Amino acid sequence: MTTLDTRLRDLRARRKALVPYFVGGLTSDWTTYVAAAIHAGADVVEVGVPFSDPMMDGPVIQEGALRALGNEATLESICHELAVAAFEVPIVVMTYFNVLHHFGLERSAELLGASGVAGVIVPDLAIEEATPWREVATAADVATVLMVAPSSPIERVRRIGEQSQGFVYAAARMAVTGRASDVGDAARVVQSVRSVCDTPTYVGIGITTPEHASDAGAFSDGVIVGSALVQRILDGASAHDLEGSISSFRLALDTTAREA
Amino acid sequence: MGPPDEGGHFGSFGGRFVPEALMPACLELDVAFRDAWGDPTFVAQYHDTLREFGGRPTPVTYLERLSQRLGLKVYAKREDLAHTGSHKINNVVGQALLTKRMGKTRIIAETGAGQHGVATATAAARLGLACTVYMGEVDTVRQALNVFRMELLGATVVPVTSGSRTLKDAVNEALREWVTCAADTHYCIGSVMGPHPFPWMVREFQSVIGAEAASQLRDFGVTTPDFVVACVGGGSNAAGVFAGFADSSAQLIGVEAAGGSAVGLGTPGVLHGMRSLLLQDDHGQIEEAYSISAGLDYPGIGPEHAYLADLGRARYVAVGDDVVIGALQLLSELEGIIPALETAHAVAWLVNAAGDEVPAGSTVLLNLSGRGDKDVAQVRSILRGES
Repeated sequence: MTTLDTRLRDLRARRKALVPYFVGGLTSDWTTYVAAAIHAGADVVEVGVPFSDPMMDGPVIQEGALRALGNEATLESICHELAVAAFEVPIVVMTYFNVLHHFGLERSAELLGASGVAGVIVPDLAIEEATPWREVATAADVATVLMVAPSSPIERVRRIGEQSQGFVYAAARMAVTGRASDVGDAARVVQSVRSVCDTPTYVGIGITTPEHASDAGAFSDGVIVGSALVQRILDGASAHDLEGSISSFRLALDTTAREA
Repeated sequence: MGPPDEGGHFGSFGGRFVPEALMPACLELDVAFRDAWGDPTFVAQYHDTLREFGGRPTPVTYLERLSQRLGLKVYAKREDLAHTGSHKINNVVGQALLTKRMGKTRIIAETGAGQHGVATATAAARLGLACTVYMGEVDTVRQALNVFRMELLGATVVPVTSGSRTLKDAVNEALREWVTCAADTHYCIGSVMGPHPFPWMVREFQSVIGAEAASQLRDFGVTTPDFVVACVGGGSNAAGVFAGFADSSAQLIGVEAAGGSAVGLGTPGVLHGMRSLLLQDDHGQIEEAYSISAGLDYPGIGPEHAYLADLGRARYVAVGDDVVIGALQLLSELEGIIPALETAHAVAWLVNAAGDEVPAGSTVLLNLSGRGDKDVAQVRSILRGES
C-alpha cells in the first residue's frame, strides 16, 4: 500500500474525486494554475512532464507539451517546482516511459518521491513491462496508476486491477487524450474494473464538460479533466479564469453524489 | 537470428511499450502471425504473391566493373528490381495477407520518403483493402510525387502536422489512429521496429532476401561471402539479408547515415513501442535525424539490430552525406544501376573500405535495397549546386 492508496480510499468515503490535468512548464506560472485548481476543489492534480513524442496524447496536450519543452521544462525542473510548492493534495505525474528510463528508474522514483509526488501515470508502460519500474517506485512510495481501456479483455482488467496503485484510470473511449461529446464506453469499463477489484476508479479521456463529469461521477469514483482545461490555458486563460471552470466541475460532481 | 523471447525481447531490447488500448491488438497480431507463419497454406500464398505480383525472386548480379575497380568480388542482391522499386514490397505483401487472414478490412501505415507508403498502397490495392497513409507534412512537400502515386493507387494520404512533421511524427500519428480503430484496422509498420511482434514479423517477411541470396550465391560458386553489406535506417532490408547469413562466418555490416546513426550516436531508450538505441538529448527527448536520404531519417534502429550490435554479431558503421552522391554516380556509371540514396550509403562504405577493412580479394554481398528513380530530381539539383 502506498500513501496514495490510503488517501484515495479515504477520499472515496467523502466525495467524488476531481482530478484536473496541467502540463508542467506550460507557462512560467504553471503552479499557480495548480494552486487555483486546488482552491476550486481539486482532490488530486495530474501534472504532465512533457515528452517529444507523446503517442497517447491528442493535439491539445501535444501542443502543451511542445510549448513546455520550448520553455525547457524537464523532469527535474518540474519536480523542483512541485517540491517548492508543496501542494496539500496528492500530485500524480503523467509522463512517457523514456523520460524515466533516460533519467534512470531508481533515480526518477527517488526524485519524484522526494519532491512529494504521490503517483505516476505512464501510458506507454503496459503491465508486461512495468515490473522493474513498479518495484523502485513502490520503494519510494510513488504509486503507479495503470490504465484500463475499452479493448481490455476481462483477464487483463483483473491483472491491471490487481497491480494498479492509488486508482485505476478507466479510459472512456478508444482514443488518445482530447475533447469529446460524451462519456463514451466509460460505464462499461468502470463496471469491468469494479467486477475484479475494489480500487477507486476514475474516468478520463474526453471528459470535457461539467455534464460529462456528472454523468461519469454517477458510476465511478471520480473524473480526470485534461484537454478541456489545457486548451483554455493555450488560449490565454488565467489561473483565475480556470478556477471558475474547475468550480463548475466540482459542483457537478457534488450534485451527482448528493442525488445518488 | 532466432525468434525473440515471448515478450518480444532481443536481449535487453525490443518488448512492447504501448498504451493498454493497443495491447490487445499487439497480442492478437502476435497470435495471428505465429499461426499464419506456421501454416504452409499462408506461407505458399505469401511466396506465390511475391512471385506473381512482386517480381521475386530478384536476381543476384555480379558487379564486374565495380569489382575490378575495388579489387573485390562484389555481388548485388537486386531488390531494386522488386515491384515498387525496393525491398519494401516483401513486408507489405506479408502484412496485407495477414490483415485479410485476421478478417480486417483496412490498413494504415506511416511513411517518410513515401517508399513504404507506396508499397502499402500497392499491396492494399492488389488485395482489396482500404488504405490510409500518415506522412509528415514536410515530407508530403518534399515527396509530392509519391503522395500522388499513393493517391493513384487509391490510398488516402494524411499530412501529419504534429512535432517535427517528419517520419517519427508520422509513426506517432499512425499509432494514435490505430488506438481508435484497431478492431478492423491493421497497422502495417514499414520496418523492423515498433512493439512486438512487429520487429520479428517484419524481419521474417524480409528474410526472403537473405534466403534467396544465399542460394543464388552458391550458383556463382560462393558458399559464404566474406562480407554482407546493407544500409540501415530502421533496418528492414539489412535484417532481411542478414537473416540468410547470420549462422555463417560472413561479417555483417550495417551502414547508417551519419546524421541518423542510432548505433553510433544513440543511447538506450523507449520510443514507438520498443526499447532500442535512439538519438536523444540529455533529458530523454527524441532528437531528429538528418540525412540526404529521407529513408534513413529515423532517430532509432530496430531492436534486433541494437542486440546484434551489442553481441558484436553485426557491425554498424556510418557514412556522411558528402560521399553518398559520388557512390551513386559510381554505381550508375560502372554498372548501369542507379541506386536509391539509401542504398548508396552501403556502396559508399564499401568503396571507402575496399583494400582496407575489406581486404583485397574479399567476396562481398551488397544488398541493393532500392532503385534511385525517386531520387534523381534531388541528385540533379545537388549536382547542379542548387541545394
